[in-house]
Amino acid sequence: MYNKSLKELSNSLQNKDISSVELSQYFLNRIKHFDGELNSVITSNEEAALVAAAEADKCIQSGNAGLLTGIPLLHKDIFCTQGLRTSCGSKMLDNFIAPYTATAVGKLEQAGAVMLGKTNMDEFAMGSSNETSFYGGVKNPWDLNTVPGGSSGGSAAAVAARLVPIASGTDTGGSIRQPAAFCGITGIKPTYGRVSRYGMIAFASSLDQAGTFAKSAEDAAIMLQAMSGFDEKDSTSVDKPVDDLLAHLGDSIKGLTVGLPKEFFTDDLDDSIRETIETAIDAIQSAGANIKEISLPNINLSVPAYYVVAPAECSANLSRFDGVRYGYRCDSPKDLEDLYKRSRGEGFGDEVKRRIMMGAYVLSAGYYDAYYKKAQQVRRLIKNDFVEAFKGVDIIASPTAPSVAFSAGEKKDDPVSMYLSDIFTIGVNLAGLPGMSVPCGFIDKKPVGLQLIGNYFEEAKLLNVAHQYQQLTDWHLAVPAGFEQEA
Amino acid sequence: MSIQSEDVLKIAHLARLGIQQEQVEAYTSDLSNIMKLVEQMNQVDTAGIEPMAHPLDQSQRLRSDVVTEVNQREALQQNASDTEDGLFLVPRVID
Repeated sequence: MYNKSLKELSNSLQNKDISSVELSQYFLNRIKHFDGELNSVITSNEEAALVAAAEADKCIQSGNAGLLTGIPLLHKDIFCTQGLRTSCGSKMLDNFIAPYTATAVGKLEQAGAVMLGKTNMDEFAMGSSNETSFYGGVKNPWDLNTVPGGSSGGSAAAVAARLVPIASGTDTGGSIRQPAAFCGITGIKPTYGRVSRYGMIAFASSLDQAGTFAKSAEDAAIMLQAMSGFDEKDSTSVDKPVDDLLAHLGDSIKGLTVGLPKEFFTDDLDDSIRETIETAIDAIQSAGANIKEISLPNINLSVPAYYVVAPAECSANLSRFDGVRYGYRCDSPKDLEDLYKRSRGEGFGDEVKRRIMMGAYVLSAGYYDAYYKKAQQVRRLIKNDFVEAFKGVDIIASPTAPSVAFSAGEKKDDPVSMYLSDIFTIGVNLAGLPGMSVPCGFIDKKPVGLQLIGNYFEEAKLLNVAHQYQQLTDWHLAVPAGFEQEA
Repeated sequence: MSIQSEDVLKIAHLARLGIQQEQVEAYTSDLSNIMKLVEQMNQVDTAGIEPMAHPLDQSQRLRSDVVTEVNQREALQQNASDTEDGLFLVPRVID
């Protein structure tokens, strides 16, 4: 049951082989059985989920069901859910109950999906290992001594362990693609502006984008289709029709051109990662695609530019947490300044504080031009490189991460080394392009991810290539040892 | 450029962020390391390049100036630590 595709599950529901209440209970049981160790789910929605599942069953009875009707899922705890705690992985929001629901969550609810709970994440989505969460780290189901990646580590680990068929995530610098790679599942971040940011707690507003985790490209497409679309409540949402993401999955990729950026395949690249990625590229070539070397001359500056732009936006966004209207408030403040400083000092963890300070620094008088303006200029150079590259290729391919999942604690006290684990993913966010990660093999029993990058709004083509690759390989069907048995 | 402990204290104040005295040294060293990474940007000449604030170079949409939100004062104030008569309370600002 746990390894079935969404289409298979949906068929079972519509043929009345199983009800949504039974299916939801089945996955709730898996969460109870397996998650004690993983720590991927931080808030359960069991009671309300079973009510929603019963509603979905009525909808199926009346013949009005869609592909997601009655399908259980989990949401990253960055999405506001009316009536259910939204913590963003922070002590600051440990007691926060949002007065409204995020558009992306609402759209999935409309499609009939059943929310079983909320997933663990790096605090305010700032981290690449899920270790900055106020609720403790998440374990990678493939090796419990390693991290699941971050910041959407809980969603990735939960789908990898088959605790749910699909889960939502957000990606500001790689936070869907890197954990998808580390956990051996499929994750997609669409073009900036494709999924509404309304109700998604802001980290860096010009980079944040929601997306999906699933076992396969087909399942990711089904979920992304339901989440995407224009929303007048998000001023950066793009008013453009959403392509049919399922219609082109089966298309042949014969004649498509895949570009390999030479800057990502240098001598610095780990040999075993290179071999694994090259084998995956060979498979895509065997399906008829042309492979071509390309150059992204400024891509090596993406991590430096990101660590100006993202902290600057983060320091502005997180200034709203003042201990007055919502969020953590310190005990017995002696005056207003003490209230602000202690509420924020006690409510935020170390990495969040580092990034707020970094942002305040680069935006402060005298440094703005040298850092913030410079980073925005570098950002344009990086985007221009991608625009130029896409004149000659349909898709760009690379490793998703420079290594497989690293050990818990390994990079925790070295921010710069942690930041560099997103070296292949960050440029995509700076440019605003869609990107995904698909499982393409194992090194020492740990999954490796192949990153595919598409041109603006070409999610359908991206998913088509990923789906065709998954027709030729079965890496995406592998289940981590220990999670194969029924709960 | 290397960040000094005075810089850390100054930016923590600007961001209204209380930090422990014993952590100042660690933040100073972390932020200096991050700045070293950031300064790699100086390898490239960006003279004349227009700064990019939005990935799709879109400008913000405007909407008509009409009320669209309903009054949810009670629900919103349930998340506040201290309220009275529909107001948010803070320590006395004016004596």
